[in-house]
Amino acid sequence: MKKNFKRRSMLYIPGNNPAMLQQGGVYGADSILLDLEDAVALNQKDAARILVRNMLKSINFYNSEVSVRVNPLNTPFGKADLEAIVPLQPDSIRIPKTETAEQLAELIETIEKIEDEHNLTHDKMTIHAMIETALGVQNVFEIAKFSKRVDAITIGGQDLTADMNIASTKDGGGIDFARKRIIMAAKANNIDAIDTVFVDIDDDEGLKKDAAYAKKIGFTGKAVINPRQIEPIHDIYSPTDEEIRKATKVYKAFVKNTKEGIGVFAVDGKMVDRPVVQRAEHILSLADIDLQSFE
Amino acid sequence: MKNSLGKEIPEYIEGIGKLEAYQGAWTKLNKGWMNERTLPPPIKAQKPHFNKKCNSLEEAIKQCNPYDGMTISFHHHLRGGDYLLINTVKLLSKLGIKNICLASSSLTTAHDGLLPYLKDGTITKIFSSGIRGKLGQAISYGILDTPVTIHSHGGRARAIQTGRIKIDLAIIAASAADSEGNATGSHGKSAFGSIGYAMIDSWYASRVIVVTDNMVEYPCVPPSIRQNYVDFVVKIDSIGDAKKIASGTTRITKSPLDLRIAQMAAEAITNSAFFKEGFSFQVGAGGASLAVAKFVRKEMKKQDIKGSFLLGGVTSVLVDMLEEGLFKSIFDVQSFDAEVSSSILNNTYHIEIPSGLYANPFNAGCMTNKLDVVVLGALEIDTNFNINVITGNDGNIRGASGGHSDTASGAQLTVVVCPSFRGRIPIVKEKVHTVVTPGESVDILVTERGICVNPNKPYLEKELIKAGLNIKNIADLAKEVEAITGTPKPIETLDRIVGIVEYRDGTIIDTIKQTKGDIDSLF
Repeated sequence: MKKNFKRRSMLYIPGNNPAMLQQGGVYGADSILLDLEDAVALNQKDAARILVRNMLKSINFYNSEVSVRVNPLNTPFGKADLEAIVPLQPDSIRIPKTETAEQLAELIETIEKIEDEHNLTHDKMTIHAMIETALGVQNVFEIAKFSKRVDAITIGGQDLTADMNIASTKDGGGIDFARKRIIMAAKANNIDAIDTVFVDIDDDEGLKKDAAYAKKIGFTGKAVINPRQIEPIHDIYSPTDEEIRKATKVYKAFVKNTKEGIGVFAVDGKMVDRPVVQRAEHILSLADIDLQSFE
Repeated sequence: MKNSLGKEIPEYIEGIGKLEAYQGAWTKLNKGWMNERTLPPPIKAQKPHFNKKCNSLEEAIKQCNPYDGMTISFHHHLRGGDYLLINTVKLLSKLGIKNICLASSSLTTAHDGLLPYLKDGTITKIFSSGIRGKLGQAISYGILDTPVTIHSHGGRARAIQTGRIKIDLAIIAASAADSEGNATGSHGKSAFGSIGYAMIDSWYASRVIVVTDNMVEYPCVPPSIRQNYVDFVVKIDSIGDAKKIASGTTRITKSPLDLRIAQMAAEAITNSAFFKEGFSFQVGAGGASLAVAKFVRKEMKKQDIKGSFLLGGVTSVLVDMLEEGLFKSIFDVQSFDAEVSSSILNNTYHIEIPSGLYANPFNAGCMTNKLDVVVLGALEIDTNFNINVITGNDGNIRGASGGHSDTASGAQLTVVVCPSFRGRIPIVKEKVHTVVTPGESVDILVTERGICVNPNKPYLEKELIKAGLNIKNIADLAKEVEAITGTPKPIETLDRIVGIVEYRDGTIIDTIKQTKGDIDSLF
């Protein structure tokens, strides 16, 4: 069940910071991650849980997807996080340090039990699996395909380099294989792949380079840790005027030809079949152009 | 009597005189000429080769025959680093002078030390653009018998010309001066840039003392203050704390929220009809206002648009824009950081101006009349776009009128930037506690939750909606904010008036009531 959120940018907000939480929706990020895990100190976990629970009930995050990163089930906090958050049905729940499909199974079972207790269906809230270890990278395809509820895979670069015992570098060389493997698993299952954060918030050029590379290799979006990073990333993920023009042409022709019962046709001398139309649809949706308007 | 905003204004206040009720931003000025009495500048006389130098400030003051009830004036170009005002008051108190009327162009947190002199009757009247810190609180709690008058920068020039403020002694701090009293703030160890607010004091005060910590060989250039107005000159060790003079409010904010608001404001400006070749521009200091300049600058380069002049309130960001050729000139009434001083010295098109030329409505056209776009902050704004920049959420005086109402009145596009709430206090609300700038002169409000356009500019709203901006109805925004913060308890005030807010044309736009605070707790 692929959701309709764009997810070009995902803004991380520490769950124990009320000032940041209450302003979370104003920066225009496609996705907002309310974090109960790594951004929150051990002695603040309960405070963060209560705060995020209350914020979910009262703050307007406007059009952004709202995701909550809970603590892993094998910590003292994970279960309590799920019990507090799942009933509120944020758009998605992010599971850190996912390593095996079995882990995911246990997690989904726990979630569905809580949903049953609250008379909620199992098809609204989705799950983002976060890959942060070598084992997770190796098992990512199994994880990605495990459940229809998993609609995004993300990579946690900081934890991954720590797990691999290598230095984290700006060019991301050490995690390049991991990124690509994760992307492939996501694409094979037709779900989103979200890249890791670029930690130097003062390095605009570095961010752009990193995001451009992420886009090139297939990530559908990137995590951000400061609202300043949102616009450059949206710029990179937004189609150019030329791309929009071409896509419009293709889609218009598609609609016309479909009405006339023609499945394969040419635009500007190039064959247009289903994959080309899909790419055009994707570009138009990134450009916020309503496909219905072509009918 | 009620003014046109429905505020109750007394007809007369003992110690101040008859009051006029505010009738609209341009109502009084519609005639094109004023029938107000003006005070002629004093005529002085001085024999040749007279030695104006005094050995101490005390000596200079004594030479000026201080008396009970006199009005003394200062400029606030030394900002938080000013020593001179308090030292002067100390000296006058020592000489037994009482009932002084203090007419400083503004008062800052550097002036908390005046409290004892308000309590003991040394100072009994105040005219100022702004009052902060403990001083603002004490006045709000009722320490003075006579209400203070809060005026705009342009309004102060008008008040001096009409004699509402009749200066007996002007003390002018300068970072460089010569033995005749030619003086400037543009160089020296305590340089502060433009000395724009003090020029009118030098022209109209009965006696003028220039105080400097840097006596230079005659002639002092540039002669921002001219010798023919100056009676005495004093050299002291230090006119103020140089570090605090070059204040820190001039770095572009890094706050994500302020940057977001600034970005949205810049988008609104650059998508309006006013963003075109030859436009003039002004931004307030600090917070989101200054950051707007950074984004507008980017867009100017992108679209290859050159502006005509910058006005203000000048920071190094504006100097950079001048040097990049994005604007032809800067008109500087107040410099906010040290780098600006060298631009005044070295760039012919960085022009120092007096407050009257900047913003006095009683002349044939001040610079704010020529302004295209201005970006201002706000402490509070209501659903009629009226703005409060003087009292805080507790009703106490803590801000300044400054150039707010002056620039808002003149600019073709007045953009107000502020968060929709701060912490848990609403900024966008039904009614502001004190009106300083009337809503009719405000065009756009930009907050992180949306942009609101004054209904008196329907074409502007259409323009911005077409550009795809997040336009909201201001009443809806106020309700949205209230849903987040809850409704604050109304501020408890007493009936007594502790301050009158004078609009730039001399009419009274609002009054400030006494709050329930303990004056002694401030000592």
